[in-house]
Amino acid sequence: MRARLIFRRHLPRQYGHMMVMLLVAGLFTGCHSEDPKKTLTIGGPFEFTSLDPAKDGYIYTRMQLTETLLDVDAQGALRPSLAKNWTVSEDRLSWQFELRDDVIFHDGTPLDADTVIKSLGVARSKPGPLNKAPVTAIAATGTHRVEIELSAPYNPLGAVLAHYSTQILSPTAYAADGTVTSLVGSGPYRLSQYAPPHKLHVRRNDQYWGPPARIEQARYLTGHRAESRALQARSGQADIIYTLDAPSLKSLSSADNLNVHSELIPRTILLKLNSGHPFLNDVRARQALSLALDRTGIAASILRVPGSEANQLVPPSLRDWHLDALAPAEQDPTQARRLLAELGWKPGTSGVLLRDGKPFRLRLITYADRPELPVIATAIQAQLAEIGVAVEVEITNSSAIPSGHQDGSLEMALIARNFGIIADPLGVMLTDFGAGGGDWGAMNWSQPEVHRLLAELGAEHRRHEYLQKAQRVAQLLADELPLVPVTFYTQQIAVNKQVKGFRFDPFERSYHIAEMELED
Amino acid sequence: MGKIVLHRLVQAMMVAWSVGTLTFVLLRSLPGDMAYRIAAGRYGYDNVDSAAADAVRAELGLERPVLEQYLGWLGDLLQFNLGTTLVSGAPVSQELQHQLGHSLLLASMALLLSAFIALPLGILCALKSQGKLDLASLIASSLLRAQPVFVIGLILILAFALHLGWFPVAGFGTALHLILPSVALALSLAAVSNRVVRNSTYEVLHSAYFEFSRIKGLTARQTFLRHGLRNMAVPVVACMGIQLVGLIEGIVMIESLFSWPGIGHGLAHAIFSRDVPMIQGTALTLGLIFVFINTLIDLVCHWLDPRDNRE
Repeated sequence: MRARLIFRRHLPRQYGHMMVMLLVAGLFTGCHSEDPKKTLTIGGPFEFTSLDPAKDGYIYTRMQLTETLLDVDAQGALRPSLAKNWTVSEDRLSWQFELRDDVIFHDGTPLDADTVIKSLGVARSKPGPLNKAPVTAIAATGTHRVEIELSAPYNPLGAVLAHYSTQILSPTAYAADGTVTSLVGSGPYRLSQYAPPHKLHVRRNDQYWGPPARIEQARYLTGHRAESRALQARSGQADIIYTLDAPSLKSLSSADNLNVHSELIPRTILLKLNSGHPFLNDVRARQALSLALDRTGIAASILRVPGSEANQLVPPSLRDWHLDALAPAEQDPTQARRLLAELGWKPGTSGVLLRDGKPFRLRLITYADRPELPVIATAIQAQLAEIGVAVEVEITNSSAIPSGHQDGSLEMALIARNFGIIADPLGVMLTDFGAGGGDWGAMNWSQPEVHRLLAELGAEHRRHEYLQKAQRVAQLLADELPLVPVTFYTQQIAVNKQVKGFRFDPFERSYHIAEMELED
Repeated sequence: MGKIVLHRLVQAMMVAWSVGTLTFVLLRSLPGDMAYRIAAGRYGYDNVDSAAADAVRAELGLERPVLEQYLGWLGDLLQFNLGTTLVSGAPVSQELQHQLGHSLLLASMALLLSAFIALPLGILCALKSQGKLDLASLIASSLLRAQPVFVIGLILILAFALHLGWFPVAGFGTALHLILPSVALALSLAAVSNRVVRNSTYEVLHSAYFEFSRIKGLTARQTFLRHGLRNMAVPVVACMGIQLVGLIEGIVMIESLFSWPGIGHGLAHAIFSRDVPMIQGTALTLGLIFVFINTLIDLVCHWLDPRDNRE
């Protein structure tokens, strides 16, 4: 009893003191005074760790800190940016760019040809689209004129120069060895706080050469968990949340303070097949796998975006490469079994098909960077089991796909391929389906007509002929199925109703913050 | 006490060498091409390909003999240089400072809050053992401990961020951001430590020496402060020390939920992308912190109970 008295008399006072100290200590963790009404908060799952444009440059163009030589519109058409106009020589081996003369970087340095050459030189020395382009020289032909020479015509060059890895930075942004040491761009916003991998704050650049931004400050916060991102949108902590997960969509759609946007992006979930594998080297085997897939179930139950079933590789938003007339991909296990029977596969006792004593067993690898992929992989495993194909699913690192392609060990992979890495899909098409295939494209598959058409498309500048050839390539890919399309991707975004002027960039190059307004 | 410190210093050096060496050997024993993993970490899954892997391999000299790479790391370590991360290119020490600083802040706050919950609650339960409060605390502790800390965090977000709007859902940088993640962790920790405090206090209050000190004429206050507090503190300090160690490395789910830049999350990403210097630096620093915390606990326990001089 006495002990209880001691506790009552003495501990509470000390306890109170300590609580006060604790709160004071907590307040020392730092406070920032930002007017929430003037600040737009964006959340997404994208982490950034480096200032290097080749690595995480996308987040800097999205937050409009940095700009590229050219821009693209929502349809992928080239638009002027730091270059106010450009011309291509008749032999298509030389591209001339005329730079704006009123651009000043955030450190006060004016933009000129040497600055562009420096930035593009660094971009070219690193892995990325410019490194893959047949560029032989980048030279100044005046203080505000730049010429890029090519060893072969390359139509996607314009789109490459709109890619985030080719963003133009002030010369003061680089160390002597080309490493980016500070993010000094020319965009409508300048960096105000940088705390990788989570937090990026920007403030309006009042010296911007274009129309001034209306919103004074913007913040980006990486949210790893989809639940947390959805709750940030619901609570109003974030104004715009990218990449909502399927389970949150219903509740967010009915929230009073939010609009949910579903936007098709040029990314497709597909099965990469080793067409040289003895079980998959006949087109009928690949067709059988495609016929076994229940795309409608995957779209409705896993992605929860009914109608996103893919009947071809390239989504409708990339019109040149999409076949509007192609029939939807229906599930038909009976036809799938018939095709496999034609190839000599017979039902085995365990339910797995057999041929020459060998079971139809394949290893499917996928990666968890996109959380829906492992779930879809197990759905495909079950669907292929229905036609007697045993699939062993292995969740691994994304790099196992190019690595498995190179060493020939890859049998089947479930991937989410972005056909809009650069705004011209020809860049990815050349990489994935050119002669020899590609790390993320066809494997041990050769189609001379496709290789020839793609090579011609690199130089084709006549609109009608370009379209015809692109459509022919799309048709051949749909017929021969070196990759089996599963579903198209939809970017789900929650936007607070206080945000006015929201616009989505299907190529995800910019958040268009400068065009938005925040209502009180 | 001097012996403890000296012993721990030697232990710290051995930990630094063995943790770094073990990490080096283990990472090189893992299947998969390091260059591809690093390229995926650097350029993302859309851009990792054989060209990127080749560029990484050439840049980092991954083809060099393993022994040469190991000796290079050891030489750098002797100069207190942890190297640069293979993914971002920033110095490992800088990344550690950012991530570990936030982890330590969160862990310390969580531990302090848990102490503020567990100590009074545990003592009260011991004073009224088998009473309603004791029973309620037992049930609540069991329920809380059975929940993953992630769920506790989510419930706190729903209640205090979404419905009441008192705190932000996620983020860091202000005192308000610290409250919910540290309370979530504190509740989970206090669920265990309040029972440790309760049992420890109960044993002390019912011990013969406690009774004897009252008989010999000490007041209740003197008895509790001289004989009670010290004796009950030893197991509590040891328990909280272990909790702190576990916290620093094991709060990755709370870090992910609250977008908190901690070492757990950083280490997980470094492992995915085979960022060897980052993993070595993190493991080494964590090892040294654990040695430091253990030393601190030993010293505190030694001070609390100087009878055991075997150290």
